[in-house]
Amino acid sequence: MIRLERRKEPSKIWRIANPFLAVVLTMIAGGIMFAALGKDPVAAIRLIFFDPLFSEQFGSYSRPQLLIKTAPLILIAVGLAIGFKANIWNIGAEGQYIMGALFGAGVALAFYPIEGWYIFPLMILAGALGGFMWAMIPAILKTRFNTNEILVSLLLVYVAERILAAMALGLMRNPDQPGFPGSRDLRRYDSAHNAELIANTGLHWGVVAALIAVIFAYVMMTRHMLGFHVQLAGQAPRAARFGGVSPARLVIICLGLAGALAGLAGMFEVSGPGGQVRIEFATGYGFTAIIVAFLGRLNPIGIVLAGFLLGLTYIGGELSQMMLQLPGASIQVFQGMLLFFLLALDFQTNYRIRLTQGARA
Amino acid sequence: MPAPLMQLDGLTKSYPGVRANDDISFNIGEGQIHALLGENGAGKSTLVKMIYGLVRPDSGRMTLHGEPFAPSQPTEARLNGIAMVFQHFSLFDALDVAENVALGMENPPPLRDLARRIRTVSEAYGLPLDPSRLVGELSAGERQRVEIVRCLLQDPRLLIMDEPTSVLTPQEVEILFRTLRKLASEGTAILYISHKLEEIRTLCDEATILRGGRKVATCDPREKSARELAELMVGQILTPPERPARAMGDVVLEVENLSLKSSNPFGTSLKDISFQLRAGEVLGIAGVAGNGQDELLLMLSGELRAPRDQVRLRGKPVGHLGPNGRRGLGVVAAPEERLGHAAAPDMTLTENALLSAARRKRLERGGFIDWGKAEAFARDIITRFDVRTPGPHVLARALSGGNLQKFVIGREIELDPDVIIVNQPTWGVDASAAATIRQALLDLAGKGAAVLVISQDLDELLEVADSFAALNEGRLSRVRPAKGLSVEEIGLMMGGSGDMHVAHEAAE
Repeated sequence: MIRLERRKEPSKIWRIANPFLAVVLTMIAGGIMFAALGKDPVAAIRLIFFDPLFSEQFGSYSRPQLLIKTAPLILIAVGLAIGFKANIWNIGAEGQYIMGALFGAGVALAFYPIEGWYIFPLMILAGALGGFMWAMIPAILKTRFNTNEILVSLLLVYVAERILAAMALGLMRNPDQPGFPGSRDLRRYDSAHNAELIANTGLHWGVVAALIAVIFAYVMMTRHMLGFHVQLAGQAPRAARFGGVSPARLVIICLGLAGALAGLAGMFEVSGPGGQVRIEFATGYGFTAIIVAFLGRLNPIGIVLAGFLLGLTYIGGELSQMMLQLPGASIQVFQGMLLFFLLALDFQTNYRIRLTQGARA
Repeated sequence: MPAPLMQLDGLTKSYPGVRANDDISFNIGEGQIHALLGENGAGKSTLVKMIYGLVRPDSGRMTLHGEPFAPSQPTEARLNGIAMVFQHFSLFDALDVAENVALGMENPPPLRDLARRIRTVSEAYGLPLDPSRLVGELSAGERQRVEIVRCLLQDPRLLIMDEPTSVLTPQEVEILFRTLRKLASEGTAILYISHKLEEIRTLCDEATILRGGRKVATCDPREKSARELAELMVGQILTPPERPARAMGDVVLEVENLSLKSSNPFGTSLKDISFQLRAGEVLGIAGVAGNGQDELLLMLSGELRAPRDQVRLRGKPVGHLGPNGRRGLGVVAAPEERLGHAAAPDMTLTENALLSAARRKRLERGGFIDWGKAEAFARDIITRFDVRTPGPHVLARALSGGNLQKFVIGREIELDPDVIIVNQPTWGVDASAAATIRQALLDLAGKGAAVLVISQDLDELLEVADSFAALNEGRLSRVRPAKGLSVEEIGLMMGGSGDMHVAHEAAE
């Protein structure tokens, strides 16, 4: 008979080991899935996890891609993780990411074709503001009317996607090419272009912002009262109130911070790697970042590692589509499995599984 | 000597780092009321958990009716006629009595039959209980009855009761004792866990005393004085708390005609509360659980905001201030629920020290935490209040109830407050820890702080309080000097008729 015993203290070993174990299990289960699709599982796994970095054929293209894909994931996940620690569940980072991109691009397009050093900083502010304001909708609804932020933030993703499509086809459409949907290419507008800081590395301002966000989050969570209050509210809400934490204030701060960071990620994307406001601009970073946050144990340093891993699956997924004709959705299944295995394994951090002899008569 | 129902022989159980039970042997006779006495951490809970099948002994044997008995889970213990009433009730507020009883039974009969049986059993044992009432509306005493009736419906041979009287009024204790004596006379054995010595001396036939995981003695409690029992339990000579002589100062805290709605749908709203608290005064507030104690504490600590002018500190309105605003002015509080309210269970003692002391102890500067200072402060509390723990890195939930309470009260006292409000400061705390806590509160009053103690333990209130009032359905009785109050008068105040009684006297 199997018995579950609650541990006196959560196991530290499993907390650290589980993400690695989840990756291994995902590789195995993913391999089985690829085999079922009639592909060589070893080749597919290799293509996803190793070739982007080490293959001579693709390496020079895909290595810079790693930073490009990873930076938004980390930037978004860092903000989400702070909210998750306080039991505030922002599932709508994708929407905040889109709104950040629209606000940032909006500023750029409004100034076009004026050149000036101040344009890019203004776009950064606008991007953060766009994400922040979009996140304030669930925040204010929650504090005022006690609505569920999970539902509201998630549903606002679809609203944001409709606004994105409307902008790409309407207000922000490139007037010089009226036949095509999509805005002007910001990469061809020097003052607004989020260019690589060092050529062929993928290192753009978004990477710098992600690094700053990680350091900022780390310091806040370990050294600052705000981080302490976030953890307190997540673990023991009544003790938090006793400690003088205002739950409403915390909801505003956590959602606002995550929204602003997601907005920044969107802005750096649209002004750099993405280049323009297009209908298919959003590629799911906001959702993948949820997996990054959990896989990184809601810890800023862990999130960096998890961000690189998930960034890798994005590139590897593209490669495997190209080389093995794997369906595009298989990489999402892959990412989903990762979260699934992690959550399943996490059971062990709080419970001990005991095999006992059957009940005696 | 009745035939032994259960024999414990050399029971031993170790956890990493502690030997919770070391070679414990004693017998429980049929129809015997057997006390299990010991400080927190003495091993009472572990022992009882082994009997109830929650924990397995490392070595040693138990026999029941002369047969070997080794339950691997509570179901097995229950099937063998062992029932237990826990100190913390496991009841659902939103369900009625019968539904709650059914949830705890192995094979519950249809609800209608069950309601009838609940009524029969509760009447037979003098525990009036209406099966159709919502548990959320019941007092603590009535909730305990639900738990007891749930046990009685299973015809137990051995009933284990963990600190049953800590939530009861004197009258309710009387009723409970009558029930237990009746049960015993019908042959049910009772294992009665407590550290209230007088109770044990009036109720129990035999007492086993544990200290540090070992059995110290098995004796007849009626042949020992309460003092002797306490000293066996603690292993040292006890001194009653000293009241430093002191003069009452000016009015510090004043509440006037305050009515406040509870934030909890099953809570009790405060109704027209007025009182004054002077520097150096200890005001004791009695009352049966659920009569507005929680709300009174929340209102005074600032967790529930009150109208601005109806709570005043040295004449200055403070009703609108939150917990940190009031702490800044010198008003601190220690709520009843230690784990989850006064302390965060999964945080270390250092973090929990920070919880309420961050500003007043300057453990933060500009929002940045000085962890070194916080840890030193936690260490200070641990030494000054004799908190038994390996160190400040330990999680709050790993501490025993008494030790955590010493930590929580110690933390608030170290803040050097002008006003301290404590709710149930010694609930579930052993005799020596309780004495430490009461002494600390009295010392604080001696230094000129105003102390408000909310408690359901009358002995405690009479030991520490200068003045006395009672809460009944959210109303506070008139405050009276504690000296010279009889238990009967207090009972009437708790029942809400204290003032009428006074009026009656005056009319005569």
